[in-house]
Amino acid sequence: MTDAPMPQAKPEAGKIARWWDSDFMYSFRHAPVAMVSFFVVLILVSAALLAPLIAPYNPFNPATLNLMNGFTPPGEANAFTGESFILGTDDQGRDVFSTILYGMRISLFVGFSAVLLAMFLGVFLGLVAGYVGGWVETIIMRVADVQLTFPSILVAMLIFGIAKGITPAEYRDQMAIWVLILAIGLSDWVQFARVVRGTTLVEKNKEYVQAAKLIGRSRMSIMLRHILPNVLSPVLVIATISLALAIIAEATLSFLGVGAPPTKPSLGTLIRIGQEFMFSGEWWILLFPAATLLALALSINLLGDWLRDALNPRMR
Amino acid sequence: MKTKLILAATLLATTALAASAETLRWARAGDSLTLDPHAQNEGPTHTLAHQIYEPLIIRDHSGAFQAALATDWAPKEDDPNVWVFNLRQGVTYHDGADFTSEDVVFSINRAKSENSAMKELLTSVVEVRAVDDHTVEFVTDGPNPILPANLTNLFMMDKGWTEANAAEAVQDIAGGETTFASSNTNGTGAYVLVSREPDVKTVLNANENYWGKDEFPLEVSEIVYTPIQNAATRVAALLSGEVDFIQDVPVQDLGRVGDTDGLVVKTAPQNRVIFFGMNGGADDIENDNVDGANPLSDVRVRQAMSMAINRDAIKQVVMRDQSAPAGMIAPPFVNGWNQAMDSSSATDVEKAKALMADAGYGDGFSIQLDCPNDRYVNDEGICQAAVGMLAQIGVTVNLNAQPKAQHFPLIQNSQTDFYMLGWGVPTYDSEYIFNFLVHTRGDERGSWNGTGFSDAATDEKIVSLASETDLDARNATINDIWTVVQDQQLYIPIHHQVLNWGMTGAVGTEVSPEDDPKFKFFTMN
Amino acid sequence: MFGYIMRRIAQSALVLLVVGFVAFAMFRFVGDPIDNMLGQERTLEDIERLRAQLGLDDNFLVQYYRFLEQAVQGNFGLSYRQGREVSEILLERLPATLELAFVSGLLALVGGIVLGIFTAIRKRGVSSNIIMSVSLIGVSLPTFLIGVLLIYLFSVGVNLSLFGWSFNTSLGLPSFGRGEVVEIGGWTTGFLTESGLKALILPAITLGLYQMTLIMRLVRTEMLEVLRMDYIRFARARGIRSRVINFRHALKNTMVPVITITGLQLGSIIAFAIITETVFQWPGVGLLFINAVQFVDIPVMAAYLMMISVMFVAINLIVDMLYFAIDPRLRVDRGGS
Repeated sequence: MTDAPMPQAKPEAGKIARWWDSDFMYSFRHAPVAMVSFFVVLILVSAALLAPLIAPYNPFNPATLNLMNGFTPPGEANAFTGESFILGTDDQGRDVFSTILYGMRISLFVGFSAVLLAMFLGVFLGLVAGYVGGWVETIIMRVADVQLTFPSILVAMLIFGIAKGITPAEYRDQMAIWVLILAIGLSDWVQFARVVRGTTLVEKNKEYVQAAKLIGRSRMSIMLRHILPNVLSPVLVIATISLALAIIAEATLSFLGVGAPPTKPSLGTLIRIGQEFMFSGEWWILLFPAATLLALALSINLLGDWLRDALNPRMR
Repeated sequence: MKTKLILAATLLATTALAASAETLRWARAGDSLTLDPHAQNEGPTHTLAHQIYEPLIIRDHSGAFQAALATDWAPKEDDPNVWVFNLRQGVTYHDGADFTSEDVVFSINRAKSENSAMKELLTSVVEVRAVDDHTVEFVTDGPNPILPANLTNLFMMDKGWTEANAAEAVQDIAGGETTFASSNTNGTGAYVLVSREPDVKTVLNANENYWGKDEFPLEVSEIVYTPIQNAATRVAALLSGEVDFIQDVPVQDLGRVGDTDGLVVKTAPQNRVIFFGMNGGADDIENDNVDGANPLSDVRVRQAMSMAINRDAIKQVVMRDQSAPAGMIAPPFVNGWNQAMDSSSATDVEKAKALMADAGYGDGFSIQLDCPNDRYVNDEGICQAAVGMLAQIGVTVNLNAQPKAQHFPLIQNSQTDFYMLGWGVPTYDSEYIFNFLVHTRGDERGSWNGTGFSDAATDEKIVSLASETDLDARNATINDIWTVVQDQQLYIPIHHQVLNWGMTGAVGTEVSPEDDPKFKFFTMN
Repeated sequence: MFGYIMRRIAQSALVLLVVGFVAFAMFRFVGDPIDNMLGQERTLEDIERLRAQLGLDDNFLVQYYRFLEQAVQGNFGLSYRQGREVSEILLERLPATLELAFVSGLLALVGGIVLGIFTAIRKRGVSSNIIMSVSLIGVSLPTFLIGVLLIYLFSVGVNLSLFGWSFNTSLGLPSFGRGEVVEIGGWTTGFLTESGLKALILPAITLGLYQMTLIMRLVRTEMLEVLRMDYIRFARARGIRSRVINFRHALKNTMVPVITITGLQLGSIIAFAIITETVFQWPGVGLLFINAVQFVDIPVMAAYLMMISVMFVAINLIVDMLYFAIDPRLRVDRGGS
């Protein structure tokens, strides 16, 4: 199902050249869609990381906001304050450009963390279930069933409700972010676990694993050193797609009122707020955050698409 | 649902009528909670009930009293503890039964019974007695000058019908009960219930035998009521011509709706004031970063916070001019409201900073603001704006905005120290405000007072209002209490809400300050 | 076989028990129902009385046991909000959701299979690359935004002018509700009236778009896999026309995994209907659930969650049994193919 492990390259001058010439990079260089997507993601992620340096304002600092700047159209001067903003301002007088950069940071942070959580959980449980088998497997896969039973939206709403009840007031502001990570991460691990378990079941009966067993390797060592490398490609593909899904899930949740708080909005929260101004003619409050989200999620999805084909030799 | 049997048949009728101009398709954000007229004391529930049932007295769309099932009323000449109501003659219920004084006695007693949500409005009523078929007397535990104001949402049911259907007891919503009266109706009102599916669709037809046929326009012959929660969808339904009348147009869409051919927006001040409450009563509070002390207990801090709020900016940007900045927590409709107090709040950031420094909080502090996000017009936006304004004087605010079902219990259970609340005054009298928001929190009164304010002298004055018959003396006491509330800066008033109704050009109505359209007043061109 | 099925059923029952417990436990934290049930003028005394009446003061486990005991009999109590039987409300609302799920599922299945086959056969074609990329837009925007945009374009309408030709995008499609419904033996259907059918269009697209993309990609991947199989190569070598190969041989073998995955997706369509129903004021169980969350209507929330769980578990069980029936090897080893 996967590539043979790549030959271990020795650290030498030709390493980069060899990497550049590898099948993987060859396929990348001949896929314009993948290249464009990669650069879009690269630009957006760096813009988000460098937000404090790039953004002209800090929209997360309420003391710097002037409500009277509200609803300034892009590029025009505000009727009361005379200030103007490249992409205009939102209903609270925040610079839309800066808010998007800061919001994207939150969306990406939530997305990456949630996927990492799901990946660790899923890969670990999938390996254990597939390799150990027996009642351990039954329990893990039944738990996965329960998890599937609860759609991610419901899981998030429930976790949010609980967290609200038990978090001390001072931390509630940051709480939303962690709850989102937990909720999205928890509802995503099943996919990883299922794929990893499937591959593990196949691999564990292969001769090299049997051989490793015979020479007395520990279970942990066999799982991590022999089986794990075989599942990395599908895991990488799932992780990429999951990242896009997680970013969208966060946006969806904010529509249901369980997203990032409006004072520290994510892209999703910005879109939720923006859609209220669709009929009123303040199109920029919705359009720019939505376009950013679309560009981000679409590029990640396209990249995942290409990755799926590139890492699967039978697809070529 | 029992009414569902009729549904399919009615749908055919609906199709036939859809083209006729007299059908009014009405949408608002929420639905009525029950058809039992005494089981809930809540806006949308009363609004629907007002079409089907009638009280003795109603308020018209300007807020003035109007005779409904009573033709006139006055205190009894020789007994100040008794009000006499003369009832309208020749009124029949939808099933044909006559409306008489025994129905009034029955209905008031029902509304006073244990499960009723209306009983708090009748606490002063000791007895209701029928003098003859069309005269009733209300006996109160002391002179009660404002009794009529408490009766405008108390609907009259037919004794015979209710008893025949075993619905004497008010539906116990909480105990999980359905009664005949919670899904069937028999009122005297201008409209008859045709079908109803809660949260989905309710259809009403004009009452052919209505007593006021010649008195009111009654041009709407059929009402189709659909709740639409999502604001954008609601506006879209009006813009695309799928509904004729919506009650809650988001402020940002007023321009769009008003500019659309064939659509009209009408606005009027609402009987509701929006404000922040602060828990100044506790020695230390949990939702701040100050240990061992409560910054809110210092009146200078409370005043500084009020001064930091720029009400004009909120009005202009967040509310798009659809609000009236407030200086007191009474709407202008209410007895006891005065211009001087209501225009007393001015923004002065420098003075506010000085007050903060005086109080020992020159470096500020941080606190959580609890705010609903689905209750008042742009509630979340107002709170968000306040976060920015309070940051100017060093108060770092963490905003916790959530649905009303989760917000209001915080106030009820004293789990919030800084919160948003809105208050409407159905009795149009300050006593109602004091009872709930100023009196020391206790079993009978002060249930919505989350400020921790407790002052025996003030409490005594509030209690005295119920039985003071000398209106001048009563008004003086009201003014005294307001002075305390203002001097203590118990609350930070923000603004009086404005109502926006959107409708097609064919619909003619004024906006009612209670946000309860009574369709018998509507004209249709 | 019998033992396996019994074990699976027992496991499913356990799963439901756990779901029920988790759901019931979590609802305790969502909010206080008392506050919504009593109006503005209630006293502390009222609150105490009501708490006792509802049994909210009882031990947690006692409340859970009571809940389970009733739930097994299909009795979820009365809605705090509507004061009616929860099961009655659910049954009343279910047709709306099922019809919406059915139409959007059909849309996703038909659209997904057709486009999936197309993009697989024309693997390197420009048009299939465009379809593949554009379809991703459907999964790269949140559902609620797609719904609101569809309303904006096709219900309200926008004036556009292209090359001097101006037109309005409005198709007069309803923005909310189900239109007129006809009741047949307790089932309300929107399939029999024109307004009912029109009302289905926008919500079904909103809900089906995401699933359609998934199915399309699945069909494409499976089809490409099958087309690489030796027997297809032989068939080609024997000179059988590619139309016959594609549709008679390849498609047939693609369908098995597609149908199973689609079955599993059905449950998530119903769950995701929450958002679509909220945007379009569609009177189904999803909207009921959101209303219940806002009102802290615990019996309705619990019943909804149990209903969804039963549905998922049942689908899972059926799929597992099918696997078992078709090919016992599938249970152990699905990665080999």
